[in-house]
Amino acid sequence: MSVPEVATAPTWRHRVRSVPWQQLTPLLGLVLLVVIGALIHPSFLTSTNIFNVLTRSAFIGIIAVGATFVIIAGGIDLSVGSMAAFLAGAMIMFMNAIRGDVSPVGAILLGVALVVVGGLVAGALNGLAITRGRIEPFIVTLGTLGIFRSLVTYLANGGTISLDFALRGVYRPVFYGYFLGIPIPVWVFAAVALVGAVLLHRTRFGRYVRAIGSNAEVARYAAIRVERVRTLTYVIQGLCVAIAVVLYVPRLGSASGSTGILWELEAIAAVIIGGTALKGGSGHVWGTVVGAVMLSLIGNVLNLTSVISEYLNGAVQGLIIIGAVFLQRGRQGR
Amino acid sequence: MAAQAVLSGVGLSKSFGPIEVVHAVDVDVRPGEVHALVGENGAGKSTLMKMLSGYLTPSAGEVWLDGRPVSFRDSNEAESAGIVLIHQELSLVPHLTVEENIFLGREPHRFGLVDRRRAREETRRLLDSLKCSVPATRQVRELSVSQAQMVEIAKAVSRDVRVLCMDEPTDVLTGRETEVLFDLVKRLVADGVAILYVSHKLEEVKAIADRVTILRDGHKIGTYDAAELTPVEMAKRMVGRDLADMYPPKTAPPPDAPVALEIEGFSVPGFVTDASLSVRRGEVLGVAGLIGAGRTELFEGVLGLRPATGTVRKDGRVVRWRHPADAKRDKVAYLTEDRKGKGLLLDKLLRENVTLQALELFAKPFVDLRAEQGALRKAVEEFDVRVRDVAVPAKALSGGNQQKVVLAKMMLTDPDVVILDEPTRGIDVGTKRQIYFYVAELIARGVAVVLISSELPEVLGLSHRVVVMHRGRVTGTLSGDDLTEETVMAYATGLRSDVPLAQTRTSEAHVGA
Repeated sequence: MSVPEVATAPTWRHRVRSVPWQQLTPLLGLVLLVVIGALIHPSFLTSTNIFNVLTRSAFIGIIAVGATFVIIAGGIDLSVGSMAAFLAGAMIMFMNAIRGDVSPVGAILLGVALVVVGGLVAGALNGLAITRGRIEPFIVTLGTLGIFRSLVTYLANGGTISLDFALRGVYRPVFYGYFLGIPIPVWVFAAVALVGAVLLHRTRFGRYVRAIGSNAEVARYAAIRVERVRTLTYVIQGLCVAIAVVLYVPRLGSASGSTGILWELEAIAAVIIGGTALKGGSGHVWGTVVGAVMLSLIGNVLNLTSVISEYLNGAVQGLIIIGAVFLQRGRQGR
Repeated sequence: MAAQAVLSGVGLSKSFGPIEVVHAVDVDVRPGEVHALVGENGAGKSTLMKMLSGYLTPSAGEVWLDGRPVSFRDSNEAESAGIVLIHQELSLVPHLTVEENIFLGREPHRFGLVDRRRAREETRRLLDSLKCSVPATRQVRELSVSQAQMVEIAKAVSRDVRVLCMDEPTDVLTGRETEVLFDLVKRLVADGVAILYVSHKLEEVKAIADRVTILRDGHKIGTYDAAELTPVEMAKRMVGRDLADMYPPKTAPPPDAPVALEIEGFSVPGFVTDASLSVRRGEVLGVAGLIGAGRTELFEGVLGLRPATGTVRKDGRVVRWRHPADAKRDKVAYLTEDRKGKGLLLDKLLRENVTLQALELFAKPFVDLRAEQGALRKAVEEFDVRVRDVAVPAKALSGGNQQKVVLAKMMLTDPDVVILDEPTRGIDVGTKRQIYFYVAELIARGVAVVLISSELPEVLGLSHRVVVMHRGRVTGTLSGDDLTEETVMAYATGLRSDVPLAQTRTSEAHVGA
């Protein structure tokens, strides 16, 4: 009662303890993988290989940035892979249909606009069904997973939707091109991650997302519009899916019922490996980026070595997911 | 000395990291006695009790059972030795029935299957012996808090309890329920059970305890026969100074003070029927009633936290708040009674908690961490939050300090009508007094204060007028000479009423709804 206890100046021990070691585990894992890769194969550290890995991680990575918001706010979105396939199919059909009336560049720009609007709307539908309809996110997005998947199969009539050849040539550089020596998908991934990080860590919205995931009732009592914020996380997720689709379509120039299968699980895995709690409340965009890169690194390292069959890629990824979560839990228990 | 101690602590100390919170305390409890531990929040009562019941390992000192040193590896080991701690947060499984809870982990078996009939019969016998009328087949989530607590005690008794440790057991109980609990405690004591009892309520301690150990800042001040001390003397020893002036002097609001908030014909389906009240600037309006009377629900309805109907006027203007954000814009703030469930992000830093409700002040458009830190520092100073390091999550604070943080968070929105729901629940005498004086400061600034409280002395000590509720209705609005415990209780229990009370009741008095 009589002893005033004021915060004292931080000592060095204090500072060492305040380093969030726990949060750094994903980064340490990434470093470890890179070291292993470099030891296994001399071409691992070449810029071609590194860019290859980063480019391939861009789809999942961009989607996972959106998933970071959804998961931190206490939700989950299982529909992203199907949504991507549907948006890709719709985009290709739309561009093919208008190619006679507008220039190829115009067709692509309109296609991009369609995908972005479609992503926003699809995300909003997920979000509103969850918040307004008061249905579990797992259920809603499990439902839309099936809906989008069957819609794209329907559009493709069970086969493949292919982009017109002339358009393909014009659109190709968006995936295969370079800017300042770095592949364009890597630029886009970096930009999405940067914007996502700023939004999550520096704005009111980001703070609200974390508060809601930590305890939605506390947030509501603190005059935060919980439903609106939650819906917006799904809209952001939809936008991220749309951006990934814009990069994906020029890669193969086609979409089918099997496009984007299991992307939702890879995106969730990237988020979890990145140190975001599946129950929500806390997490980092940079962790998600590290997680996405790690997932594609694993495949790459397995490809370069003959010790473990590349068919075991999924098993290694699985072990790493479980291991990552175990390490992050490690010291929290008691 | 009378009987030999069954359980004792010898020179018990406990440190968390570099901070020692209990300093070499000796305490013992004998069969057939109630031994109360009292002290302010953070005095070390709960920590001491947890060391004795195996939940925490002492940093120094020993726990003795039947005159021999023991060291429990965990609470299960202590429980099998007959030492059971009943938590502030109950440890029952909500979706299991009473009997399933009581026999959880040691169900009677027959032919390899759970013998339900035997479990039920034994549960019934047990509940009967405790004169507890809870049906054995009811799910625990359907019970009131007090009933759940009875079940918790029954569970302890069914395990041949020798020492029962109770941490603030009456915090969530009404007066009637408390009496039932005390009867039960007396019966257990008569059977030779030793009871270790932590409470803030000194009147209660005086009524139930045989001996009292007083703690202050982790030190033992002394152990006394309860008969020796009055509650006032206990409080004095707890805080180390005189508490003659617990409440600030009452200053009436100026006669021309305008009405700030007015509620008319307000109903919250299932909880409140046709309630009307008003509060003026510079006035404290007390809201009294038994638990379950609908006080919290009324104001949650007003704030837009629950569906409700009726008229609300703020500064004479009719308003319709559908969300707390609407009320916030009109400068009305509500302090929840459920500090841990609805008031604080327990895992988040104090900084994030303090600014949560008024984050727009710190985001232009990017959140300014330095400005937030400044706001926290100011809040810590203004509300006298006692914390060694401000960079800790909210759960690291004691109840009283947590409450100060919630208050600070609410006040950052600069409200001119403040609704305080049980603002001093579960916090110590010293902090209570600080909160009372803060209320006086608020009304001096012209803020209108609504004080919902189950503690009558506090309602009467602070309020200019008191609205009393009974089963979802406002039964009376009292002022002047009517502000006595007897009158308030008469209205709260429905013995008196200024409105006709319907025979049918609007709602079951479910606690904690």
